Amino acid sequence: MIDPKAIAQPLVDGMPEEIKVTHPFREMIAMFLRNRLAVFGLILLLAIMAFTFIGPYFYPTDPFEMVWAPFTRPGQDDYIFGTDYLGRDILSAMMAGGRVSMAIGLAAAVISVVIGVTVGAFAGYYGGWVEEALMRFTEFFQVLPTLLFSMVIVALFGASLLTVTLAIGVVSWTAVARVTRSEFLRIREMEYVAAARSGSARDAYLIFRVILPNALPPIIVQANLMVGSAILFEAALSFLGLSDPNVMSWGQVIGSNRPYILDAGFAVAIPGFAIFLTVLAISLIGDGLNDALNPKLRQR
Amino acid sequence: MSMTDPLLSVEDIVVDFQTRAGKARVLDHVSLEVESGEILGIVGESGCGKSMTALSIMGLVPDPPGRVTSGSIRLDGVELVGMDHERLRRIRGKDIGMIFQEPMSSLNPVFTVGEQIAESVRLHENASPRAAMDRAIAMLRAVEIPEAELRARAYPHQLSGGMRQRVMIAIALACRPRVLIADEPTTALDTTVQAQIFDLLQDLQSDMGTAIILITHDMGAIAELADTVAVMYAGRVVEKGTVETVLSSPQHPYTQGLITCVPHLEPDPPAERSELMEIPGVVPALTDLGRGCAFAPRCRATIDRCGVEKPALLPSEDAHLTACWVAQGGAQR
Amino acid sequence: MTVEKRGNTLVVEDLKVHFGGGKSLLSGSRPTVHAVDGVSFSVPAGKTFGIVGESGSGKTTTALAIMRLVNITDGRITLGDTPISALEGEDLRAARRQFQIVFQDPYSSLDPRKRAGEIVREPLDLMQIGTHDERDAAVRDLFQQVGLRPEQRALFPHQFSGGQRQRLGLARALSTRPDLIVCDEPVSALDVAIQAQILNLMARLQRELGLTYLFISHDLGVVQHICDEIAVMYLGQIVEQADRRTLFTNPRHPYTKALLAAVPMVHGNQRDRRNRVRLKGDPPSPVNLPKGCRFASRCPLAQAHCHEQSPPLTTREASHKVACFLQ
Repeated sequence: MIDPKAIAQPLVDGMPEEIKVTHPFREMIAMFLRNRLAVFGLILLLAIMAFTFIGPYFYPTDPFEMVWAPFTRPGQDDYIFGTDYLGRDILSAMMAGGRVSMAIGLAAAVISVVIGVTVGAFAGYYGGWVEEALMRFTEFFQVLPTLLFSMVIVALFGASLLTVTLAIGVVSWTAVARVTRSEFLRIREMEYVAAARSGSARDAYLIFRVILPNALPPIIVQANLMVGSAILFEAALSFLGLSDPNVMSWGQVIGSNRPYILDAGFAVAIPGFAIFLTVLAISLIGDGLNDALNPKLRQR
Repeated sequence: MSMTDPLLSVEDIVVDFQTRAGKARVLDHVSLEVESGEILGIVGESGCGKSMTALSIMGLVPDPPGRVTSGSIRLDGVELVGMDHERLRRIRGKDIGMIFQEPMSSLNPVFTVGEQIAESVRLHENASPRAAMDRAIAMLRAVEIPEAELRARAYPHQLSGGMRQRVMIAIALACRPRVLIADEPTTALDTTVQAQIFDLLQDLQSDMGTAIILITHDMGAIAELADTVAVMYAGRVVEKGTVETVLSSPQHPYTQGLITCVPHLEPDPPAERSELMEIPGVVPALTDLGRGCAFAPRCRATIDRCGVEKPALLPSEDAHLTACWVAQGGAQR
Repeated sequence: MTVEKRGNTLVVEDLKVHFGGGKSLLSGSRPTVHAVDGVSFSVPAGKTFGIVGESGSGKTTTALAIMRLVNITDGRITLGDTPISALEGEDLRAARRQFQIVFQDPYSSLDPRKRAGEIVREPLDLMQIGTHDERDAAVRDLFQQVGLRPEQRALFPHQFSGGQRQRLGLARALSTRPDLIVCDEPVSALDVAIQAQILNLMARLQRELGLTYLFISHDLGVVQHICDEIAVMYLGQIVEQADRRTLFTNPRHPYTKALLAAVPMVHGNQRDRRNRVRLKGDPPSPVNLPKGCRFASRCPLAQAHCHEQSPPLTTREASHKVACFLQ
C-alpha cells in the first residue's frame, strides 16, 4: 500500500512546455490566410476593385455617351459587354458604376451598423426603460415601408449620392439593432462581465471593450448582408428614378435596362452578376474575419 | 463474481475515437458485470470514460467519430455489439433505461410529463393510450410525486429540479427495464434533494429488482448506494471490487487519491484546519498516452515498470482487482 | 513571504435584497422576490466565513450584494472604514480595490476574447495601479503565486484546463491586493481531484497574504474543510451560525441537521444512513413566503406556533446562534 501523503506534491500543470507567442495581429492574418474561401473572397474583391478603379485608364469611354447602335450584343463590334438601350457602352458603365455601387454599399452598411450597434448596445446593456424606449423607436423604423420612407427622404433632400446613401443606412439599421440587443442581453449575464465590473470597469468599458467584442460574430454577418442589400436598394431607387441621375451605378444600369429585359437580357444580367460577385466576395471575407477574430478558432 | 452469466456483462470493450489530434482510445479493454438487484458504481474524473461506458452499453457511441473496435456486451446472454439498429432501439428503453445529469434538457418542453412517460410505454409495449396514461400516473406515484394525476398534466418547466429528475426516473423505469443507467443523476440537484433521489433509487431497485449502474464523481454517493464499484482512469478500469473492500483498503493510488483529496464531511472535525491531499496534474489527453500506466505522470509511487508497461487488472491482497504494478507487488514476475 | 496583518473586518448588518416588485409601464406589477431578507454577520480580518445553503437560499445574492453587483434594498455593509453599501460612482470604483470576487464557473468568468495576461491585468489597468512596467511585473508574480507559468500569459482562456482557469480567476482577484475575497462556489464546477489543488492554494494564499474570505458553497464537506465560522442560510435568512467545530458537532437547527444528514459519507455504515431524517419536498419559492418560520413547511418538528411566528436568530452559547423556537 502506498502512503497517501506521497500523493501531495507540487503541481504538474499538464501543458506543453513550449508556448509559442505570436503577435496577435500577425496571428489573425495567418488565421485569415488559412481560410481558403476567405482568401478567394479577398482576391475576388480586389479584382473587382481593380476593374472599377484601374479599368477606366485603359478604357476611357464615357459611360453616358452614346457610342454605337442600341442593344449591341456582348462581344459584337468590339463592345465586350455590348451596349444598352441608348447605345451606351456597358463595359464603361460597369467600371464607373462599380465604384459608386460599392461605395454606396459599404457606406450604407457602415451607417446602419453604427446606428444599429449603438441603439442595440444601449438597449441591451441598460435594459429597463432605456431598452423599452429604444426598442419602440426601432420598431417604429421597422414597420415603416422602407422603400417608401427612403423615397420620402430622397424627395425631401434631393437625389444626390449622399442622401441616397444616408436614406439606405437609415432604413436598414433595425436588423443590426435587434441582433446587437439580443447578444448584449445574453452576454451581459456572463460572469466575466461581473468580473470586469468588480475590477471597477465603467459602463463604456463594459459595453465597448467587454461585451461588444464578444457580440461581434452575428453583427458581422448582419453587416455583410447589409452591403449586398444596400447595393440592391440603390438599384431599386435608381429604377424608380430616385437615385442621382448624373452618376452611373450598377443599379442604374439594371434600372434603366429593365423594361427591355426580354430583348436584351444581357444588359441586366451583367450588372446583376457583378452585384452577386461583390456580395459573395464580401460575405466570404466577413466569414474569414469572423473566424480570425475568434481566439477559440485561431489557436488550434 | 458468480459462475453463471451475470445479467449484464461488458467484456474487453474497446472504443476508439478519430480526432484531429489522432486516434484516441476512449475505452481500453473495459470489463464490467452487474447482477439483477445490484448497484454498480463507476467513479472517476471527467474524461475517464465513465459516460462513454454507458453510451457503449446503450449502443449510442457516436459513429463517426467513435467506433466500438472490439469486445462484447451481453444482456442476459444476448450480444448487443453489432446488433442491428432496430432491435437495439427496442432494447433501449425496454430493457435498459437511462437517466441523465440535466433533467431539463432531456425532457421535451412542449409535452406534459404524463404524455412523455406514456409515450415511452407505448413505444415499447402495445398499450392503448388510456392504459399507457394510467401506467404513467402509476409511475409518477411510484417515484413519490405527490398528486400524480395533477402533475401528469404539468409541463417540465412547471416542476422543480428534483421533480424533473423523478419524472426522468419514471420515464426510464416505465417499461420495467432490467438495467438502469444513471449518469450523474444528482449532480445538478441540491443536497437534500439528492438524498431523496438516492433513497428513491434504492427503494425502486429493491421493489423491482432492477440492476443499476451509477456513474458519479462522488465517492460519497458510491459509499451510500453501490454494492460494487469500478474506478476508471483514462479509459481503463484501474480498480474494481465490492464497495466495502475498495473504500476500506483502496489499492490503486488513484483510488486512494480520489478518497483522500475530497474534503469529506466529518461528524467530529478537528479544531485545526488541515491541508488536503492532492492528486497533482490533470487527466491526460487520450491521444498521447504512452506505453506505460496512464496514471504514472500523476503518481508519486512509481517504479521503472510503470513507465513502460500498462498494468493488467489483477487480484491484489484481498478479493478485489487492481491495475497497479506497485500494489501487485512491484517488479517481480 | 511575510504575513501582512490587516485589520479590516467585514460587517454586514440587516442586509436585504429584493428583486422585482414595483410596476413596469407595460408588463404590469411583478411579484417581489425576497432573495436576501435581513442577514447580519461579521468576518474578522484574516478569517474565512462560510455561507452554506441550497438553491434559493440567497447565499449567492448575499455575495453579489457585498460585491455591489446587485442593488441593495436595505442594510449596511462595511469593510474596515469603507462603507461599501453607501458608496456610489467613482468612490465605489476606487473602493473596489479592497474587495474582489472569484466566481463559480471557470468557463464563463473569463472573457474568451482576452489573453490570460490581459485578464489578470485588467483591474490594474482600470484602476491605474502602478506604472505600465510595474503592472507587467505584478502580473508575472501573480501567475507564479497561483501556480501558473508566466509564459502562459499569452494564452487564451480556452487553452487552460478548468483548474487552471480557476487559478486565473484567483490571480485576477488578487491583482489589486484586496483585503476581502468573496468566493462564490469556487470549486464546485471542478473535478474532484482539482478541487483539492484549488482549496489548498486558497488556504496557502490566505496564510501568506492575510486575506479574508467570504466562502459561499453548497458543499458541506468543502465548507467544513476551509471555513472558521459558518452560517447556514434558508430562504434568504440565516437559520444557524457557529464556529466550524460547534456547527458540525452540535448542530441545533432542524434544517442544519437535515442538511448534514443528507450528505453522502465515504466512511460509515450503509444501514445507519437509511434511518436518517429525510426532508420532504423542495424549498418553497422565495416569492410567496410563508408567514411564520420559513422552514416550518418541511420541518419534521414543526409545532402550530412555528407557522404563525418567525423565530429570531438568537445567541445560545458563545458564538452559536440559532433561529428556532424548539432549540
